[in-house]
Parts: sequence; C-alpha cells; structure tokens
Amino acid sequence: MSLIYKNLTTVKDPLLYLKPIQHHNIKNGSIVRIKTEEGLRTGQVLSVSHEVVVIQVIEGTFGIGVGTDETEITFLDETYLVGVSREMIGRRFNGMGLPIDGGAPILPEEMRRIEGEPINPTRRAYPRDVIQTGISLFDGLNTLIRGQKLPIFTGQGLPHNKLIAQIVNNAKVRTNEPFVTIFCGIGILAESALYFQNKFEERGTTRLISFINLASDPTIERLIVPKIALTTAEFLAFKHDMHVLIILSDMTSYAEALREVSNIKGEIPARKGFPGYMYSDLASIYERAGRIRGKKGSITQIPVVTMPNDDISHPIPDLTGYITEGQIVLSREFHQKGIFPPIYPLASLSRLMKDAIGEGSTREDHSDVASQLYAAYNNFLQIKELESIIGSDSITLVDKKYLKFGELFENYFTNQGETERSFEETLNIAWNILGEIGKGELVRIKKEYIKKYFVEKRSN
Amino acid sequence: MNENLKIIGKISSINGSVIKVKGFSHQSVGDMVNISEELNITGEIIKIIDNIAVIQCYEETLGLKLNAIVTNLQYPLSMELGPGLLNSIYDGIQRPLETIAEITGDFISGGLKINALDRKKKWKFIPTVKKGTVVSRGDIIGYVQEFSLHHEIMVPKGVSGTIIEISEGNFNILDTICSIKNKNKIKNYDQKLLSKWPIRIPRPYHKRLMPDRPLITGTRVFDLLFPVAIGGVVAVPGGFGTGKTVVQHSLAKFADADVIVYIGCGERGNEMADLLNSFPKLVDPKNNRPLMERTIMIANTSNMPVSAREASIFSGITMAEYFRDMGKDVLLLADSTSRWAEALRELSGRLEEMPTEGGYPAYLATRLANFYERAGLIEIVGSPKRIGSITIIGAVSPGGGDFSEPVTTNTKRFVKAFWALDPNLAYARHYPSVNWNNSYSLYDNLAEFWEENIHKGWEEYRKAINYILSREGELENIAKLIGPENLPPDQQLILYTANLIKEGFLIQNGFNDNDRYSSPQKTMKLISLFLKYYNESLSLIRQNVPFFRFKELEVINSIRRARLDVSNDNLDELDLLDLMLSRDLLQIHRQYAELL
Repeated sequence: MSLIYKNLTTVKDPLLYLKPIQHHNIKNGSIVRIKTEEGLRTGQVLSVSHEVVVIQVIEGTFGIGVGTDETEITFLDETYLVGVSREMIGRRFNGMGLPIDGGAPILPEEMRRIEGEPINPTRRAYPRDVIQTGISLFDGLNTLIRGQKLPIFTGQGLPHNKLIAQIVNNAKVRTNEPFVTIFCGIGILAESALYFQNKFEERGTTRLISFINLASDPTIERLIVPKIALTTAEFLAFKHDMHVLIILSDMTSYAEALREVSNIKGEIPARKGFPGYMYSDLASIYERAGRIRGKKGSITQIPVVTMPNDDISHPIPDLTGYITEGQIVLSREFHQKGIFPPIYPLASLSRLMKDAIGEGSTREDHSDVASQLYAAYNNFLQIKELESIIGSDSITLVDKKYLKFGELFENYFTNQGETERSFEETLNIAWNILGEIGKGELVRIKKEYIKKYFVEKRSN
Repeated sequence: MNENLKIIGKISSINGSVIKVKGFSHQSVGDMVNISEELNITGEIIKIIDNIAVIQCYEETLGLKLNAIVTNLQYPLSMELGPGLLNSIYDGIQRPLETIAEITGDFISGGLKINALDRKKKWKFIPTVKKGTVVSRGDIIGYVQEFSLHHEIMVPKGVSGTIIEISEGNFNILDTICSIKNKNKIKNYDQKLLSKWPIRIPRPYHKRLMPDRPLITGTRVFDLLFPVAIGGVVAVPGGFGTGKTVVQHSLAKFADADVIVYIGCGERGNEMADLLNSFPKLVDPKNNRPLMERTIMIANTSNMPVSAREASIFSGITMAEYFRDMGKDVLLLADSTSRWAEALRELSGRLEEMPTEGGYPAYLATRLANFYERAGLIEIVGSPKRIGSITIIGAVSPGGGDFSEPVTTNTKRFVKAFWALDPNLAYARHYPSVNWNNSYSLYDNLAEFWEENIHKGWEEYRKAINYILSREGELENIAKLIGPENLPPDQQLILYTANLIKEGFLIQNGFNDNDRYSSPQKTMKLISLFLKYYNESLSLIRQNVPFFRFKELEVINSIRRARLDVSNDNLDELDLLDLMLSRDLLQIHRQYAELL
C-alpha cells in the first residue's frame, strides 16, 4: 500500500505536519520518503494520530512547499535500519553512516534497528577488566573499565580534543583480544574533524571507525549518529567478540539538538528548556555500554560533555552524571597553570574501578594508593588554603611535606603531557611522590605494601 | 473469555508511550489493555476523555500502527502474590527478567506476557488450622517454607466462613489447598497459594502503631547519629557521585529485616548487575543463607520503558505489604524516587497537562504521599494477632545537587529521617558522605530500646558526638583564620578529636571485610574509645598538660585504624585498645602529676 500524500499543512523546520487518511495504518517511527522538486529526502514519523502526523525530516525542510503538487510524501512500512559490517573497521563515515573516505560502499552483513533494545539486567556481566589509557589520572585514580561509561566533563576552550586524540591513540586492553575504537563526532567543527583525522593518522587508523556529523550538518543527524555508532558497536562487541571503546563528542550538541526538536514540537519543557524525557533519552544512549554474560566483547563509552559556562549542575552534565558510572572533570585552573591533561582529581570519579583493579589486573597496591593519593591531595588543598592566610612560616613541618607532595602531584603526576604511562609506571610515580609525606601518614595503605613499595626520601 | 465478549477499540493517536483509543464499549481508569494483536504491548488506562481512553504503554511504541486493535482486559494492574516471590528479579510490572532472558536472549524485546510466579513448582503446604475452623479475611491458615522464611498463607479479602477441607501436601500455586464454606454465598471458596492484589490500592490493616524499635543497619553513622525505626521512612538525597547507591546496596545487604524489596528504578544497568552478581554470594549473618533468599529485586533500568518505571515503585510496595501482612519486617529500598518522579513528569508532559514547578505535574506530592504512607509499623488484620512493618528508605537524586528542587522538598514532607549526602565529603572520599549538619532523624524515641536490648550509653554517646561535631563546625572558621595551633588547647582537642571521629568512626569502607558491616556492639565500643580519649584528655588539659602530648599518643593510630583492623567477632581487641589508651593516659597523668 503506497498512498501518496500531497496535503502538507505545516512546515516547521525540521518538522512536517499533515492529516492522514482515517484508515491508513501509519506506523509510529516509520520511515517517510519526501519527494520534492530538488530530489528525495528521508524523514521519520515522530507521532501519529487521526488528526495529524508529525514527521521529522533528516535533511531539513528548506524548500519544501505547501499547497503544491510537487511535494509527495509516502510512508514506508519499516522503521529506520542501518547496515553493519566488520568491513567498517578502518573507515570513515558521515552522520548517516555513509562512507566519506572515498572508499567503496560497505556491504552490510546485517541490517539493524538503530534504537537498539535494552540489555536484560540479569544478562549483564558486571564490568571488571581494565582498559589502559596511558594517562595517570585515568589509570591511577579513575581507571576505565571495559563496559563502563565514563564521561569527560569539559568547558569551552579546554584541551579536550587533544586529550581524546591521546586516548584514542594510546588506549589498549593489555590482553591479546581484539580491540576497536569508534569515534563518533556529534556537531563538531570542521576544523576539529580535521585535527582528529590528522592526529589519528599519526598512529594509524586500522582499528578505528569514525562517524562524523559536522556542526554544519543537519540537526536531526546529531540525534541519529550516536545511535548508528552504537548499533555498529553492539554488532562488533556482541556478535564478533570485540572490545569496543566508543567516544561520543560532544553530547552537549546531541542534547541541544534534542531541545531544538522538542521545542519545535511544542512540548512542555523541564529544566532550562530541555524536554522532560531527556534523562530517559540520554539513558537510551549511555546504557548501551556494558558487557553480557557469556560474551567476550564489551562496549565502553567515553562521552564528552561540554559544560555550558563550566556549570556542572547544568542539566546536560547533571543528567549525564546520574546515568554514567563516574566522570572525569577538566579544570580551567589546571589548564591555566599549564597542566596537561588538566584533570581535576577531586571532582573526578570512576565508580567501577574498585572491583576491577588490584592483583592480577593492575597491581595489588593500586586501590590503597589511589585512596591515599586522594586523601593526601585533599589534605594538601586544605593546608594550601591555610598557608595563604597565615603564611608559610606558621605551618607545621608535616604540613610543609604535604605542600611539597601537592606540588609534585600537580606538576609531575598529573602533568604528564603527551607521554604514555603504563599502570606500573603510574603507580611507581605515585609511590615516589607519596614518599614526600613519609610513612607515618600513609594510613590508608596496608602495611605490607608500604614495606614493599615505599620510596624513602632523603629529606625525611 | 468468550471471544464475542471482548471489548475492543482502535488506536487513534500515538505519542511516545501514551496512546489514545476509540471505541471501547465500557472502560474504567486502571483497566489493563493489550495493544495490537501483532505486538501485544501491555498498557493501562490512565484517563478517559469524551469516551476516548488515554493509555500508558509499558513498552516501546515504535512500530505500533494507527488503527491497531486494542483489547480491554478489564482488570487492574495487579501483583501475583504467593510462594516463589523471594529470590526473584522482576521488571517494573512483575515480569521475571530471568524468564524473559530465556525467551528473548540478552536483550529485552517487547510483547511478552509472562506469569510472575512459576505455575509448575510444587510447594509443601502445612496447615495450621483444622477443618471446622471459622476463618475470615487475613487469617493465617497455614504456611509454606520458602527458604528460611515461613511464607504464611492468608484468607483473602471478601472471604469468611467455615473450613470444610484443608490438607497438608505438595501443591503448585494454582492447586486448591483449602475449601471454605463462604458465608452468604452459594459456592464454596477454593483457596489457592496464589493471590492477587492491585498495585494502586494499599492493602488494608487493623491499626497503625508508633515505631519504637531501631532498624539496625550496620552503618555506624545511621545507627548512632541518624537512626531509623522499624516501620519508619527515610529519604537519602544526594547529587551524583555522593554514594546514594552504595548506601542503598549496603542497607540491602546488612539491614536487619526479614524481607528486602529492592527497587532499581530508572538507574544504571551495571549497578543492577553488581547487585545481581554479589547477592547470591553474600551470606545473611543471621542464618548463613545467601542474602538473595530474603530479597525481591525490581530492576527497571533507565533505558527500560518509562511507564513501567512509574509502576515499579507501586509494584514493589504491594509485594512488601504482602509480606508485612504475614507479620514480617520488610525493608523497601527505592533507588531512585527522583527517576520515578521524572517518569511521572514525562508521562504528564505527553498528556499535555499543565506543569507546575520544574515541569512536574501538580499531583506529584499526592503521589509521593501515596507511596510513603504505605510504610509503617502495623497491627495486621486477622488471626493470629501479629505485627508487621514496612520501612521505606528512598533515594532522591536532586538535579544539580540542589535540595530545593520539587522532589526533594516534597519528599521531606513525608519522611521523618533525612540522610543528606554531601558532594564535598564525597570529593574527600569520606563515605558514606552523610552531612551531619543537614541530616536529621526524628526517631528520637529509640533510646529506651537501645539501652534495654542492645547496648548502654546510646543516648549519651549521641549527645557527646553531636557536641564535638557542632563545636568543630563553629571553630573551623576561626582555625582557618588564625591557624589551629593558635587556638586554646581545649579547642585544639575538639578539632583533633572531631577529625579522629570522622576518620576512625564516621567513614566506613564498604569494600573492607571488617568495616562494611559494623555490629551495634562494635559501633558502641568504637565510639566509646574516641569519647574516652576526648574526655580524659580534656580533664588533663584542664590541669595544664600541653595538648601536643595527646596528639603524640601511639595508641591513637591503632584506634584510628580499628574500624578496618578489628572484625565484628573479635571485639576483645577493642577492649585491649581501651586498656592501652587508659595506660597511656595514666602515664601522662603521672608524669605531669610529678611536675605540677
């Protein structure tokens, strides 16, 4: 049954409205073909009733005419499907999943719905294997776990692109299992896209898939591209036993696209104009990370969230933080001090690291060392504040040791530049700087580890 | 059901999880419906406007067609109640997730109709009343042993009369275990192990009692500073990263209750995986059985359908009430009620209702009250006379960590204890990050029970800690200005002791075998060490002994670490520390007694 509609009533970019024929069983979410003078466009049914069908047009509605015979609309009986294949590894695609690297089109091994289905909670395997990013603030203090979703909260003007490029190039699973990285650019600048491409090519792109939706591409594509990327990831991870690390940059563009469409639909907004269902919508993306019992592969997500005006309580980072398993927060202060990567340790957290690190995976002392570093750094900040008020002459000897420790923590442990460190190197550096505060202060570390790893400083 | 009597209608509108249906010949709010003969989606009528039914769907509506057939099933959304509930994992509308996995594999597809309870499994029923007994609603007629719990079988509502047949034996939940000659009715009532109850209607009770026994949680800061009573209501608000879920998990593991109902409402899949993974391995200290055997889990993660998330809270409380009616103490943990409120908001938005603050519907407070008021210490209907309870501990996830948002403020109206989690404490890795200034508990009538049945000194210790912590709060700012070394020695002692108490008592490491559960005895002995240190040092400082002497005590480091080093079965070690502390303090006293 292919009814052709020519009765468009309203065009509100990117949405079209028309009244359906009473007995036409239009499917919710089905694909719509829109024939215009310039050619064919694709849309999707957002909601449907006997009075009105709302269609969202992926390419935008510019030039679509009302009251003209030229615009023809047909409803297909299918929902949106995307072709996935192992051939995609090493290739570059646009926001609709079409190759943009000049290579041949992909022959799909399978067609899949991009919305995905929720993983049954009883079938989930609890994540307990690590990914080494080569960055001490990740590996040492906020270890990334396979199957985790760990966002980077950043601000405008902070070097998150550089950090991401470094993670993409250096991340590894340290076991001989297949590992693929998917880079999903959502509303990124053309120049950033070029930067990433150049950076990625430094290390080679044979284990990388890129999906790029540029800031100048249609808004609707931003809502689709992460779903295509995740559908690909699910195919590789759960059908072909691969460990997939997926970078979503930037989820703020995604959320803003969501708000744009919601606003045009005339929905009732919740916080800051974002729709009330944004939590569920973001969850439908983030919750596609994970592991499944009996399957070898995993999907790990690093979404990048630009905090508008550095505000961590803004709905986008806030709702993200409630869904993801921790967060890595970049600090403007660190960046201004010249520290790279400017990761602020106290606000950062990896919820899943506790069960995944330690003997047999990273090193036995990892958990205690991480906890001690946090406590000591926190102590350092308090002493620094005190020092700035009462002067450095009035603080105790122990306090002075903490000041030395804190300085090394920021400028040496955190500020690693573009070098790559293994877990062992990160932990050794940690012991080295913990040496500054002396054995007696290491109350969070088991005595046997102190015996084994403690680095005595001559000044003590 | 006779095919001809089917009440059917057709879909006239689909908008997200809300659809409208025209053509039902009769219908009531609350009726369950089956949507589309192709997709078989479950839904519930939530409104009727001009004969058009407004329905919330418990599944994804993508792929649903306009004009699809909808059948009105004419019964409300109900829970199946009976043996087999424990050790189960359900979605928001009581579909067993394990069974779903057997049918659809690793991912959940829509359109499944699965019974909550196994129809085939046989249970040994042991009657506790005889033929000829006159019974009525709520009376216990026998029990089934479900793991270590006496699963009592009760006479349902609307039945009263004489038992004409009852027998011991192995039955499945649909077999008749007992026949009752129903008063005023022609037909005998055939009692089965299975019963049903609609989730939106509270199960009736005889009368409400004043909660006066503490619920021992095994978390020191709660048991001592912010206690909850059995049958009480607590809210645990906290921004992300403050450790709400870890608190909830810890309560589910260690709280002293007969049955735990854990509702993972709109939360993370990996966290549910953590629970599902660890619970079968963890052992209940009371009977050495796996903890899962006293637990019912509802897992409606954030990416599962939003209407089922809305229902999950009421599904959970209905199952909790069923066990309460057997005379059990039930602990219901809801993580998180904010996700539930957001589901309400989302549905309200789809219904195009006028929003109030934060976009939430005007009935948010009413619905919250409907939920929280189902907690309590209750005298049950029926014989034998029994008392049961439901304690609710609900996590709240305020947007932006702002406690003035509508869900937190409205929840505060219905709870008597408030455990405020603080991001600054969490940043310093002080867990559980309960802020002692913003938290409160109005269950201050528990002292008597503590003194008589658990441990002496509870009230006194509480006062002492509160004093030290509040004094510390006052002194902190001055100390920051002039440096702690320049404060008078007694004030330095306050600051020092407060830090010891934080580090050695309030912080509790959920991943340390000795520390994650603190028995009331350990809690009390531990705190008495810190208070003894404080009191005796103070009296010596008043005799002009300089403060630095007390900072140097070697035993202090052991006391500070005692929570990690001393296990619950080895509390003698704390007595030993107590002796060492006395000895060291005495030594100081002697030294200075000679000098002065």
